[in-house]
Amino acid sequence: MLLIPCPYCGDRPEIEFRGGGEAHIARPRDPQAVDDQAWAEFLFYRTNPKGLMAERWNHAHGCQRWFNALRDTVSDRILESYRMGEKPSGGGSS
Amino acid sequence: MAGRNRLPRGGRVDRSKSVSIAFNGRTLAGFAGDTVASLLIAHDIHFVGRSFKYHRPRGFLSHGSDEPNALLSVDRGPGKIDPNNRATVAEAREGLVTHSQNHWPSLDFDVGAINDVLSPVFVAGFYYKTFMWPRRFWDSVYEPKIRAAAGLGRAPTEPDADRYANRHAHCDVLVVGAGPAGLAAALAASETGKRIFLADEQAEMGGTLLHDRTSMIDGKPAQDWVAEALAELRARGNVTLLPRTTAFGYYNHNHIALAERITDHLADAPAHMPRERLWQIRAAEVVLATGAHERPLVFADNDRPGILLAESVRAFINRYAVAPGRRIVFVTNGASAYAAALDAADAGLDVTLVDIRPEGDCGPELAALRAKGVTALTGHTVLAATGTRRVTGLAVAPVSPEGKIGARKILAADCVGMSGGWTPSVHLFSQSRGKLRFDPALDAFVPDQPVQATRSAGAANGRYDLSEILAEGFAAGSAAAGDSATRTFAATPTPTGFLPVRALPTDADPARIKAFIDFQNDVTAKDIHLAVREGFESVEHVKRYTTTGMATDQGKSSNMNALGLVAGILDKPLPTVGTTTFRPPYTPVTFGTLIGPSRDALFDPARKTPIHGWAEEQGARFEDVGLWKRAWYFPRGDEDMREAVARECAAVREHVGIFDASTLGKIEVVGPDAAEFMNRIYVNGWLKLEPGRCRYGLMLKEDGYILDDGVVARLAPDRFHVTTTTGGAPRVLAHMEDYLQTEWPELEVFLTSTTEQFAVIAVQGPKARDLIAPLVTGIDLANDAFPHMAVRTGFICGVPTRLFRVSFTGELGFEINVPADYGRAIWEAIFARGAAFGLTPYGTEAMHVLRAERGFVIIGQETDGTVTPDDLGLGGMIARTKPDFVGKRSLARPDLVAPGRKQLVGILADDPTLLLDEGAQIVADRDQPIPIHALGHVTSSYWSPACDRSIALALVESGRARIGSEVFVTTPSSFTKATVTAPSFFDAEGKRVHA
Ligand SMILES: [Zn+2]
Repeated sequence: MLLIPCPYCGDRPEIEFRGGGEAHIARPRDPQAVDDQAWAEFLFYRTNPKGLMAERWNHAHGCQRWFNALRDTVSDRILESYRMGEKPSGGGSS
Repeated sequence: MAGRNRLPRGGRVDRSKSVSIAFNGRTLAGFAGDTVASLLIAHDIHFVGRSFKYHRPRGFLSHGSDEPNALLSVDRGPGKIDPNNRATVAEAREGLVTHSQNHWPSLDFDVGAINDVLSPVFVAGFYYKTFMWPRRFWDSVYEPKIRAAAGLGRAPTEPDADRYANRHAHCDVLVVGAGPAGLAAALAASETGKRIFLADEQAEMGGTLLHDRTSMIDGKPAQDWVAEALAELRARGNVTLLPRTTAFGYYNHNHIALAERITDHLADAPAHMPRERLWQIRAAEVVLATGAHERPLVFADNDRPGILLAESVRAFINRYAVAPGRRIVFVTNGASAYAAALDAADAGLDVTLVDIRPEGDCGPELAALRAKGVTALTGHTVLAATGTRRVTGLAVAPVSPEGKIGARKILAADCVGMSGGWTPSVHLFSQSRGKLRFDPALDAFVPDQPVQATRSAGAANGRYDLSEILAEGFAAGSAAAGDSATRTFAATPTPTGFLPVRALPTDADPARIKAFIDFQNDVTAKDIHLAVREGFESVEHVKRYTTTGMATDQGKSSNMNALGLVAGILDKPLPTVGTTTFRPPYTPVTFGTLIGPSRDALFDPARKTPIHGWAEEQGARFEDVGLWKRAWYFPRGDEDMREAVARECAAVREHVGIFDASTLGKIEVVGPDAAEFMNRIYVNGWLKLEPGRCRYGLMLKEDGYILDDGVVARLAPDRFHVTTTTGGAPRVLAHMEDYLQTEWPELEVFLTSTTEQFAVIAVQGPKARDLIAPLVTGIDLANDAFPHMAVRTGFICGVPTRLFRVSFTGELGFEINVPADYGRAIWEAIFARGAAFGLTPYGTEAMHVLRAERGFVIIGQETDGTVTPDDLGLGGMIARTKPDFVGKRSLARPDLVAPGRKQLVGILADDPTLLLDEGAQIVADRDQPIPIHALGHVTSSYWSPACDRSIALALVESGRARIGSEVFVTTPSSFTKATVTAPSFFDAEGKRVHA
C-alpha cells in the first residue's frame, strides 16, 4: 500500500485516497470551440508513461483536498506532492 | 516414554516438561520445545503422509517452514480443524491432535497409491493434455476419479471458531529474521535509540545458531552468544521482539505484512487471546536477514521417508536431541554437510558420507571427518534409494569426471542427509521489487539493486561464513538506523562452497526413474525433461506446464534445481533461462489472519436510517443498497412479497403511503457563487430558479453520459439543498469537489455532505396533505401557496423541517426533511394519525413499482454509464443557452448524436401475466440467423397493480421510432412476443401530482 504525502495532512496510507488519473490536463477554456479530435484527446488520451508521472489524488477520507503527486510508475516511489495550481519543484532526480 | 530415538542429552528441549500429542490416534510423548516433527522422529516415525499426485509415502524433508511433505491436519476442537500444517513448524503441546492427509482408507493402505504405478499417465502437462484427450474421458475418468484423489488436506466444513486480531505499527528499522545476521543487525540498529522491530518465524530466536553446537563467537559458544544478544535486546526499551511472526508480504513503501501465531502452541489458551494476529508494519528501513534454503539432491526415489536435508538432520540432532536414524548416510556436493556428519558422529550415530566431488576438490573438512573415524567416499554418485515406506539404503557408485559410472554398492541406512548446496531466501527482497543478480560462484541468485529502503544481510545475501554474516548484519543494522558503525566478530570459520549439480549422474534409463524436483507437487526430473522436449524453454512456462514450484511451499527447496536442470538441458547459462517471480505470501497464511475481525456483523459496516428500528419492529424485510439496509416491503400475515407490494402500491394510489427516504444522498451547496457552480455542474439552468422552488437536476460526466440525478431545492439565493441517488452521494461530492478545486478555484462555494444529518420521510398519495396538515406549522400547505416542486421551511410537531412537495410515485406527495435525531419521533407521530387515512408503510420494492408505472428512471438501473439525457427522453431538460456545463461539449460528439442510439421505451409482453427478466435481450426477428442482432435489453420489469399486468422499461435501438411495433424478448428457454410502448404506463400526463 502506497504511503501518500498529502500536502495538507502529511503521509497517509493509500486507502484514504481516491486516484484521479494523469495531472496537468487542462480543460479547454471554451470547450465548444474545440474540434472533435482535440476534445477526444482531452477526454481519453493519456500518456501512461513508464517512469515519472504527475497524477491527481483526492484525500477523500481526510481533508477532501485534491492535489498532485509525482510518482515513478516503475518503482512506485513518490518523489513529491504539491497543491493544485502549483508546479512540481523539479524532482525527477532519481 | 520419550521415544526410542530421543538422544540421552543435549538439545534445547525442556526435559522437565513432558507433553503428549496424538498422531493418527496414537498418543506419543515428547518434551516442551519439540515440534510435532521432532516428537514424531523421537518415536522413529517418518512416514507421515502421502504425496499430492502419486500418493507416494512421504516423511520430513526439512526442519523448518520450507517443508514440502510433512503436512498434517491439526484438530483443536469443533470449528478448529486446520489442514496442511507443516509438522516442522507446528509446536508440540499437551493434547494436540494431529492426522496425516491425502490417503484413503488409511496411511498404510492407500488406494490412491495406484497412481504411482500409473505414473506414465500423470506426466508433465497432464492437466493440459486432458483437454485434448477424448471428451468422454472427462465424465468417466477425470472428473469423478482424479478430482476425488487430488488435493492435500481437507478444507474445514464448520465456521472458524477462533478469533483473529489486526495491528498496525510504525518503526524506524524492521529486521526480518533473528539468526546471526538479524540479531547483529538489531543490536547495531538499536544502539542508535531508534525504534526497532525484530521478527522471526520460529518460536525461539537464534536461527541456525540454535542447532550449532561447535561454533564460537567472540570466545563464547554460539548459543550463549544468542542468549546474551536476546537479553540485551530485551533490555532495550526501543526494541520490540516478535517471535512466531512470519513476514509474508513486502508491499509498496516498506509496508510489510506479518502473521503472528499467538495461541496454537498453548495447551490452555485464555479465551480472550486471539489465535493469530496480522501485523501491518510501515518501516522507514528494512533489513532482510532471512537466511538460505538447502537444496535436495536429485536421484531416483529421493523422496523416501527418512531422506532429509543434511542441515535438517543436524538440527534434529542438535536442537531437538532426536536421532532421525541410527545409521545415517550423508550425501553432498559441498562443505556444509560435513558439519552435520560430525555432529551425528559425535551423537554416537553410525555415519557414512558420500561426496560427489572428486577427492581433490574437497576441503580440509574431509580429513577432519575421517580423523573422527567416519567413512567418507569421494567421487561417488547416488543411483537410487532403496525402501518404500522408509529408506533402507542407498545404491552408490564411483563416477569419473567424464561421467562414467563404476560398480554399484548398497550402503545400508535408515536415514539419509542430503545437501545440494544453498539458495539464499530472496523471496521478500524480490517481493519488494528488488532486482536479483546471478552469482556463479554461489550458483544462486542474490539481491542486487533494491527498489525500496531495504538491505539484505547474511545468508539471504549469499554470505555463508559466520564472521562475515555477523559483520554484514551489524553494518546493515547500523546503516538502516542512519549510523555507519561497523564491528568485526571473531567466529569459528564456516566451511563453505559446493559444486553445482543438477540431477545426479546415473546409469539407469532416466525415463524409468522418479527423481523428485518438487516434492509437494510431485514433479520429477523426467517431467522437466519432457516439458523442454515439448518446446517449453522459459522457466515461467516450464513452471506452469509441470507445476514445479507452484505448490504452497512456492518451490523453496526446488526452484534452483528446476532452473538448473532446464538450463542444463538447453545448454544455456542459467540466468538466461530466467528466474521465478516471488509473490506473497512467503508461507501460507490462514484466511482468519487476513480477515481478522472483519467477519459476520463486522464484515461490512451496516448503515441504518433513524427509522430502521421501527421498520424492524413492524416485521419489514430489508434489502442491501450499497451499505444501507433499506426496508424492502412490509408483509402482513402470511403475505408473500408480491401480495405485500401490490397492497402497498394500491394504498399509495388510493389513500396514502409512508416511506423512509433517509438514505437519499444530500449535499449542501452554499456560497455567493453557488448558483453559478450549479449551472456549470448540472445540465439544467439554475440562475433563474427562485428560492422556494425545486428542480429535477441531471448531472453528466465530462464524457456526456449521465452521472447522477436528484431533486435540488433552492432555499436561498446562495444556498441549495442537493439530493443524489442513495448510492451516488460520495461519487457526486467527489465530482463536485474535483471541479470546484481544480477547474474553478475562483468560485466561492462550500460543499457539505448532509446525508446523515437529515431523516427523510416521504408521504405520498391523494390523502397526503390531509394527513400531515395538522402537524405542520409555519407553512401554508394550500395547493396554490405550496405547489408541486416547491420547498418551504417551517415546523412539524414543533421540529424544524425542510418540507419538499415532490413525488417519485406520481401521486401528490411530500418529502419531510427533519434533523436525523427526530426522524423516528416524527415518523411515529405521522403514523399515529394514519389509521383514519388508510396510511400504509411501503418499502423500496413498491417505490420501484410506483416510479416504473410512471416511467421515472433510476440511475444505475435504466442507465449504465453510456446513456445520455436524450437516450432517456430527457433532452428537454438541457439548458441549451448555457455556454458551458460539464459534459455539454461531449453531447455533440459524433457517436452521441448518431442515429440508432438506444432509447428508453416501455415494453409490454403480449402475455400480460408474463414478467420479463431484467437484462433480457430484445430482438426484432426471432428467426434471424444466429448471431441475432440485439436491439437492446430490459432494464426494469415489475408486476403493476395499477395496470393489473406486467410492465417493463427497456433501452432499445431507435426505440422511440419503434413505439407500437412488435419485438421479441428472450426468456430462459426461448423468446416471447412483446410490443414497444411509450415509457409510461399510468397517468402519462402527470396530473395527479398537482392534486
Ligand atoms: Zn489531506
